Amino acid sequence: MLEITNLVKRYGQNEPVLKGLNLKVEGSSVVSIVGASGAGKSTLLRCINRLVEPTSGSIKLNGHELVNLRGSELRHSRRRIGMVFQGFNLIDRLTVMENVLSGRLGYVSFFQALTRRFPQSDIDRAFSLMERVGIAHYADKRADQLSGGERQRVAVVRALMQEPEILLADEPTASLDPKTSQQIMSLLQSLANEMSLPVLINIHNVTQARMYTDRIVGMRHGQMIFDGEPKDFNQDALDAIYGGIESPEEDAGEPASPTEEASA
Amino acid sequence: MTSGRTASDTTSGRVWKKPPFIANPWIRYGLGVIILAYLYWAFSTLPFDWQRIAEGLPRAGKIFGGAVPPSFERAELLWTGFKESFQIAFLATMLGVLLSVPIAVMAARNVSPLPVYLLGRTLIIVSRSFHPVIVAILFVAAVGFGPMAGILTLTLYSIGFVAKLLAEEIEEIDWGQVEAMRSVGAGYMKILVYGVFPQIMPRQIGLSMYQLDSNLRASAVVGIVGAGGIGGTLMNAFGRYDYDFAFAILLMIIAIILVSEGLSGWVRKKVW
Amino acid sequence: MVDHAAKLTDRVWSRYNRKEQLTRYVVYLVTLIAVVWAVSDINIFWPWVWDAPNQIQSLAGRMWPPEFSKWEAIFSAMLETVHIATLSTMLTIFIALPVSYIAAQNTTPNKVTLWIGRFILVSSRSVNTIIWALLFVAIFGPGVLAGILAVMFRSVGFIGKLMGEAIEEIDRRPVEAMEATGASKLKVVLYAIVPQVMPAFFAIIILRWDINIRESTVLGLVGAGGIGVLLQGSIDMFAWQTVATILLAIVVLVILGEALTSVLRKKVI
Repeated sequence: MLEITNLVKRYGQNEPVLKGLNLKVEGSSVVSIVGASGAGKSTLLRCINRLVEPTSGSIKLNGHELVNLRGSELRHSRRRIGMVFQGFNLIDRLTVMENVLSGRLGYVSFFQALTRRFPQSDIDRAFSLMERVGIAHYADKRADQLSGGERQRVAVVRALMQEPEILLADEPTASLDPKTSQQIMSLLQSLANEMSLPVLINIHNVTQARMYTDRIVGMRHGQMIFDGEPKDFNQDALDAIYGGIESPEEDAGEPASPTEEASA
Repeated sequence: MTSGRTASDTTSGRVWKKPPFIANPWIRYGLGVIILAYLYWAFSTLPFDWQRIAEGLPRAGKIFGGAVPPSFERAELLWTGFKESFQIAFLATMLGVLLSVPIAVMAARNVSPLPVYLLGRTLIIVSRSFHPVIVAILFVAAVGFGPMAGILTLTLYSIGFVAKLLAEEIEEIDWGQVEAMRSVGAGYMKILVYGVFPQIMPRQIGLSMYQLDSNLRASAVVGIVGAGGIGGTLMNAFGRYDYDFAFAILLMIIAIILVSEGLSGWVRKKVW
Repeated sequence: MVDHAAKLTDRVWSRYNRKEQLTRYVVYLVTLIAVVWAVSDINIFWPWVWDAPNQIQSLAGRMWPPEFSKWEAIFSAMLETVHIATLSTMLTIFIALPVSYIAAQNTTPNKVTLWIGRFILVSSRSVNTIIWALLFVAIFGPGVLAGILAVMFRSVGFIGKLMGEAIEEIDRRPVEAMEATGASKLKVVLYAIVPQVMPAFFAIIILRWDINIRESTVLGLVGAGGIGVLLQGSIDMFAWQTVATILLAIVVLVILGEALTSVLRKKVI
């Protein structure tokens, strides 16, 4: 369970990017965070694994406070948090297998990392995860030879290799075409189910958020202004979050599926 | 789609090893063997005078002890030496850059006929083949000690560098502009001036500044073999065991190089 | 109807505006003054300048035909030169890599190490190989050790600077991803930085090896081993024809070196 209390992030003397956020994520639900650019979604996610330093507040993962960890404790906590990035962030010149195994860097010794002698259990896990997402045949191909959707799948496997307690995805589909982004969202949803893993997804595309997630959190200017089920996310909620800003793409890629619109 | 549990309970027992950097195992291990064999051969055939080397550390102590603090007493010697080095560098750059332009045009395949191209390329290769120090020695033997030999050496050095890069630059120009000039009926020289030079001018200026900087460094060195400048002063200091003066000279050289590098970088930014 | 003729006579065009023209004149003037000053002040005996072409020709004449009797000594000296260049390039790698790591803004631990790294690189680059050789000959005596050390000390700056720039230009995102998995700094370097700078590393080492071969040919002129020793000896004895042979040998070596390095570069890219 993830428990965020009164999280504030301010850069210098400017207006805070996150203004006292409270969020609880329990069990294995898929939560999407929607909001316009600049709302603070990415900052929120990065505060959790401390790629960005929170200014104040508390973040607890399964009872452990994350905010004041340093050094090896910080690294130990990071390995329990998996992250998938918008730009995939793979090591282009290494093979798919090496990228996948690099998810275990928090667990193996430097020597093992250097000589690529990962434990057999890691290799087994790598192969089965890769087969699950359908990229096992690419194991020895260089990462930059894959398509966008394939690369994101590698990134997902890398994150899962950490055996994380929570999965964070920062706009995982923003760089992908509509059909591929659907596949990825669907993949995240089923993996979350299979592994009983809580997943936090930053996403632009509200329609996909409705279709693939159990709970929607809406942010605007660093504050949470909506927290509820997809069926409750109506036009008012949309306006509150994006009002005055250009509306996000509504293209779900599947013309035949009717989206539920609760009447006002 | 594989259902059910994934991760921990599947033991496929599949083995994986990182694909090696060099695929062919013969080459991979062969390379390692060759390197080791080479090291052994090199170290065993090279003449090391171990006794003299052992005296090295105490000597180093004496030298560094004598070098610090650096002595600027003979400042006028420093001044004349650097002045001469600067003059050599400056004049050689001017002459070299001036000569580089026609030679570069000759050595660019797209603006010169084949025999002229070959002549130009040969001139450049000849200028580049020898280390400036060797060229300096030869010029000193020919025209005597002093800055004359230095200027000749560095002019050749400049041509070797500037003309080569300029020729490559000319070979990469946008041919469309040259075609346009031909279509208005301009002759060869006019085409050069309107169609070619404007495209290479920024690079030419950048190269010239870089070469001035390079020549400044090189002028310090050619003096070591008698071609004028601060190098000669340095040699004298070393020869007379005036290590504190030598250190002073060295510090000045480093300082001047830093300043010149900074200046030339600034000028190149403004011009680009 | 508008009077076009009058309008046209008012319009003037010039390539550069007033400010640009002024700047150009100033630059030309300054350059001219500098040239005049340099030429007049320089310590050259002008009569000799006019005689220079003659002198050069006469020297060239004395070097022809090249004399091959000492070819064995020349060959082994050339080998020595190659050894100096190769060994020092190999050894420099171990020093240059850590220095480039601390001299790169995105990987250096703190400000102090950044300046130390930069300082090492600048001093190494500013002192010419021959001057390093002078120093090491004074310390360790004449011989190949002085030569190897001289080339090493100069190469550290070259390799370190270019590698440092390569490190500074990497894509930060894989670094971020590796940090997110909880890997330690060393492992992050190993997986995110090293693969990105590998191509640059090989290109730089090959380039420096090529340059070092050229540099090593002249080290002997100050006593630091290699073919330069033979060259200096022959010049001292005015054995111009042997000098010519040595120069030819050097040209052959340089050409071989260039050929080899361009082959290697293609294989690596």
